[in-house]
Amino acid sequence: MDTISILEPLLKILFIIFVALLPAVAYGVLAERKISAFIQNRLGPNRVGPWGLLQPLADIPKLFFKEDIVPAAANKFIHSLAPLISITIAFSTFAVIPFGDTITFSIGDSSYTTKLQIADVNIGFLYILALSSLAVYGITLSGWSSNNKYSLLGGLRSTAQMISYELSMGLSLIGVVMLSSSLQLDDIVAAQGGYWLGFIPKWNAIPQFLGFVIFVVAMFAETNRLPFDLPEAEPELVAGYHTEYTGMKFGIFMLSEYIAMITASALIATLYLGGWQAPYLEHLGLSPFLMSVAQMAAFVVKVFAIVIFFMVVRWTVPRFRYDQLMSIGWKVLLPLALVNILLTGLFVILYH
Amino acid sequence: MGLLDQKFDSSNIVVTTLDNLLNWARLSSLWQMQFGLACCAIEMMAASASHFDMMRFGIIPRATPRQTDVMIVSGTVTLKMATRIKRLYDQMSEPRYVISMGSCANCGGPYWEHGYHVLKGVDRVIPVDVYVPGCPPRPEALIEGILKLQEKIRAESLAKKKVV
Repeated sequence: MDTISILEPLLKILFIIFVALLPAVAYGVLAERKISAFIQNRLGPNRVGPWGLLQPLADIPKLFFKEDIVPAAANKFIHSLAPLISITIAFSTFAVIPFGDTITFSIGDSSYTTKLQIADVNIGFLYILALSSLAVYGITLSGWSSNNKYSLLGGLRSTAQMISYELSMGLSLIGVVMLSSSLQLDDIVAAQGGYWLGFIPKWNAIPQFLGFVIFVVAMFAETNRLPFDLPEAEPELVAGYHTEYTGMKFGIFMLSEYIAMITASALIATLYLGGWQAPYLEHLGLSPFLMSVAQMAAFVVKVFAIVIFFMVVRWTVPRFRYDQLMSIGWKVLLPLALVNILLTGLFVILYH
Repeated sequence: MGLLDQKFDSSNIVVTTLDNLLNWARLSSLWQMQFGLACCAIEMMAASASHFDMMRFGIIPRATPRQTDVMIVSGTVTLKMATRIKRLYDQMSEPRYVISMGSCANCGGPYWEHGYHVLKGVDRVIPVDVYVPGCPPRPEALIEGILKLQEKIRAESLAKKKVV
């Protein structure tokens, strides 16, 4: 291992966390409040800075300097550990997502080419499935360790919900793997380049429409967003699993929820909406460097479009009842995912 | 007490600068406890809805007392409810503020003389920062109360209070 092979992923990680994810989360919270205001015919935060743009900068110091309460009967070690588990897993899922093709920096005569992905793992797909099932630990442990009945119920609900939706999520993804015959996310994106009939982008969302819908629904359940936010259902469970968390510990839960949402959007974009592939861009005749930047921009635009879709759905659709949630997961999504595998298999046998 | 509050003996330039930042942060993100007691609660809901929109000031209603900064006691505090309010106040994390909304919460209101079941003012069980008069106060009055609370927070300091 030379220095550059250690330094390069480190720089990418710092870039992803501090330049991309953390500001995106801070302003994601503001965007959520603005979108809720827009949908409910209000104005939303507008007192700090123009259009309330400084609101996240006010919320974060306030959360940092609030009193930190650990309930007397709580399991103190696990109570502090649970938010860390949540945030670690939320961050590490992003490691295998390709946010662009290769980029070449040339200074004078020397040039340096790097891949726009932190870790190019050839089982990136399985890595994501494994981490997303670990995410349930943060929530369940926080619910259990708080020694509060509402937290415990929230944690247990989240366990059942995540495990049932994990299954249809995994099965819906098999169609994508069959079409691109690779578990490497980079190959899956590369397989989505080109056009059908010369003008329709070869995105997986078109042949895998059923799988796409199942995956999006399962992702709503995985990230605990409305209409599936039963672990923190406010009218039923006070604040669910983070009822007993104050200050920045709660802030970390909020952070990991939003990062999970951004990661879920990035996954949807990568697997079904062509990742960093920007259709019709090759006709513009850009230089290779500008092309890489344009592809990164295309990825960011796709991710933010899906994040905004997540938010609009949250403020439009009411919450499911618990038994409805379970019956949708097991009786509707799971059989549909199996049908999707069957249809994809037939398609692959007949046309390849 | 918040994490740093009243930990400093004297106020120097560092403390006062931090004061400014922290007070600004606290007053622009006052999260409100989501509970209502009586008819004033209807006016409080109206103040959160589209005509008056308290979220403009950075207020988010949170259901759990652990994550809230301000408790709006909106309505008649019966003796039975008073114990619960005291408990909810104890569960809030510092720094915490209380707005007493409406005549009943201020002093017992119409139940002052013959209300055998009503606490004569919520300030008998918890400390109150701002009193909003009215029966019930209009949403504008509640928003005025929040602005008064913001003025109060702006004058706070991390330095220890001096005994005069």
